[in-house]
Amino acid sequence: MSGPAYNFAYLNEQTKKMVRRAILKAVAIPGYQVPFASRELPMPYGWGTGGVQVTAAILTPDDTLKVIDQGADDTTNAVSIRSFFSKVAGVETTEDTDSASIIQTRHRIPETPLREDQILVYQVPIPEPLRFLEPRETETRKMHALEEYGIMHVKLYEDIAQHGEIATSYAYPAKVNGRYVFDPSPIPKFDNPKLDNSPALQLFGAGREKRIYAVPPYTAVKSLDFEDHPFSVSGWDKPCAICGSTTSYLDEVVIDDQGGRMFVCSDTDYCKKRRPA
Amino acid sequence: MNAPLLQVSGLTKNYGSTPACNDISFALHPGEVIAIVGESGSGKSTLLRCISGQMEPSSGAVAYTHADGRVTDLFAASEAERRNLMRKDWGFVHQDARDGLRMGVSAGANIGESLMAVGSRHYGKIRASAEDWLSRVEIAASRIDDSPWSYSGGMRQRLQIARNLVTAPRLVFMDEPTGGLDVSVQARLLDLIRGLVRNMKLAAVVVTHDLAVARLLSSRMMVMQNGRVVETGLTDQVLEDPQAPYTQLLVASVLQA
Repeated sequence: MSGPAYNFAYLNEQTKKMVRRAILKAVAIPGYQVPFASRELPMPYGWGTGGVQVTAAILTPDDTLKVIDQGADDTTNAVSIRSFFSKVAGVETTEDTDSASIIQTRHRIPETPLREDQILVYQVPIPEPLRFLEPRETETRKMHALEEYGIMHVKLYEDIAQHGEIATSYAYPAKVNGRYVFDPSPIPKFDNPKLDNSPALQLFGAGREKRIYAVPPYTAVKSLDFEDHPFSVSGWDKPCAICGSTTSYLDEVVIDDQGGRMFVCSDTDYCKKRRPA
Repeated sequence: MNAPLLQVSGLTKNYGSTPACNDISFALHPGEVIAIVGESGSGKSTLLRCISGQMEPSSGAVAYTHADGRVTDLFAASEAERRNLMRKDWGFVHQDARDGLRMGVSAGANIGESLMAVGSRHYGKIRASAEDWLSRVEIAASRIDDSPWSYSGGMRQRLQIARNLVTAPRLVFMDEPTGGLDVSVQARLLDLIRGLVRNMKLAAVVVTHDLAVARLLSSRMMVMQNGRVVETGLTDQVLEDPQAPYTQLLVASVLQA
């Protein structure tokens, strides 16, 4: 036995080629879910196996990888995936959004605006936005093909009828390039506006469901809404307790057993850089 | 007379070597209600599924005339066109309301879905139509946000009718619309359907094994046996003076209360 124990980025070259083909098709048809032959990985489904396969397929030795989980660089999932790739690909990793060329994410889009030379890879649990009302895959495919999207609004209607407003706060459905309705993975709807016309390429991988889809750079992404209940994002009354940001997405953190709470940025890198030295 | 709304010609459907419908032809005119009666296994439900575009016949054609005079051959048309037709111009009332409703969402959303499917995107207007239609099918507007699971069988059936009629279709298919309901509820539902069909000048094809339903709703009827039409004519005429032996048997076997 000599040489490295793994092929570069863990997956073999044939597999990466297959994933790249799916990615190319996904980029060519924005928002369309491309089936691919998802592989077993040395981590369980739900840990981001879709995102890992997409990242492995696009990774080059010169890339710098950042991985975030709920916006944070230091959570178990993020740390594990980062160390996975530094072990099997030997690529540089970073927590700094600006110096990353590939960012694999779960649940957030970084607060720092992305650039054309960056790629954002999402880990997706359920890629099908129509699944809530239509359990049959054959039927949802047909609905996408024929652009029968009226049913998406049934969910939003139910929200308003039951809660007085559109209460869907994450995995908020949107239409890509005026054609396909897609599920932007469980990011908060706070991040939906950042999907629209982004300079960075956005790739979505669902490992268990075996689907890849994409939003190419500078592509229109419109969140669904009603004429009399337009799409809106909620804000917070208070700024971030650490960095004082009033524009970022805040997490609620319980700090004692007396009911004490604080609100802090979920994007740890952004928060760290803004903190007074 | 105007061109027929629906022209069925030479429709045959075989399940393997078993014939279910054999060479059936008829025309349905705008605003007309036709009943298809027959015993279980006579092919009436298969016929309904074929003429409503849900199942492809083995041979034969179904032509639908649009409001603007355009004619669509149902099985030569693309699936997109067929589904579009089902959404916009047609309704389908299932025997079991659970097949025709989306049980996971509220009654209002069930009615609203039909509107949203044809492009309505104004919550206030969708809500107002849903309320209007609930009252037209005699359901209290206060039940609008309740799940259909909390509705009785008769209410579910009325909700299904509201969901079908809210888009003002031109043609409604009904498969045993009163089946499985108790007699008093049946009578009320029939009354309601008759009123709505007359007011909206709907054309309808009603499949039933209940001759009373046929008599109340339809102006013409077709009697089927073993996949063939054995008798056809004006409803009153067929029921008062049945010609075919099978129809005579059918009419004679109605229980007198």
